[in-house]
Amino acid sequence: MQIPCPLCGNRDLREFSIRGHALGAKRPEGETWSADWDDFIHNRDNPAGRTEELWFHGGGCSAWLIVDRDTVTHEVFGAKLASEGGQ
Amino acid sequence: MANLTAKTAFDGLLPIAKGDVTLSEITFDAITWVAPYQGKAAAVSKALDKQIAAVFPDPNRTTGSGDARAVWTGPGQAFVLGKPLKPITGAAMADQTSAWAACALEGDHAAEVLARLVPIDLRDDTFAVGHAARTVLGHMNCVLMRTGAARYEIMVFRSMASTCAHEIARAMRMVVARADA
Repeated sequence: MQIPCPLCGNRDLREFSIRGHALGAKRPEGETWSADWDDFIHNRDNPAGRTEELWFHGGGCSAWLIVDRDTVTHEVFGAKLASEGGQ
Repeated sequence: MANLTAKTAFDGLLPIAKGDVTLSEITFDAITWVAPYQGKAAAVSKALDKQIAAVFPDPNRTTGSGDARAVWTGPGQAFVLGKPLKPITGAAMADQTSAWAACALEGDHAAEVLARLVPIDLRDDTFAVGHAARTVLGHMNCVLMRTGAARYEIMVFRSMASTCAHEIARAMRMVVARADA
């Protein structure tokens, strides 16, 4: 499996580590406890299929990436820099 | 005060040669980490150009030559290798001189040796002279630079110097053994 780092190009899986589902952009507003925060911290979907995940390019440029991939086929559709809000 | 003897990172380990490939130590007068503040990239690049005649490098590239080079080391950061830098307004800077071990792998089969350790595409059209990469050498993070058609420069954390020399020496032996077979 290779991940297309927007900075480094196609790189081998061994340079990356996974953080889990990409939730960064969906952080709830405010600092008061709410159902939204509970959901944000504790609940994770476990999709069989296409999903966005956070990956860390620790064996490379050390950028955080939002990777669009399929958990069933392992096909990778693309990757964006998390620092740019995944835009 | 004690009179201390300075040792280089690969002291007693390098140089080594196998077949047509040699691995030798490189030392830099200084290694300076430079990271421009937000919105200061252009100004810092200009200041660098003025000091060392090399602009701030694009991702996976090096700039400059001889005793003052700059190499990209990650998003918004670079190392200046060689000449010590004067402070630059608009950039965070840190001295990294004794933190890294640098060596040069040279020879017609150098790329074959590296290919056993580094998981990136080393072919000419994707990793040309002047290109650089943050990648892994075995299990070690490294800065890899191609400085000639058959010359690569590798930087690892200084504490990893003996592992680095050991890993590369092993790969050099394997490449020679394969050529002899």
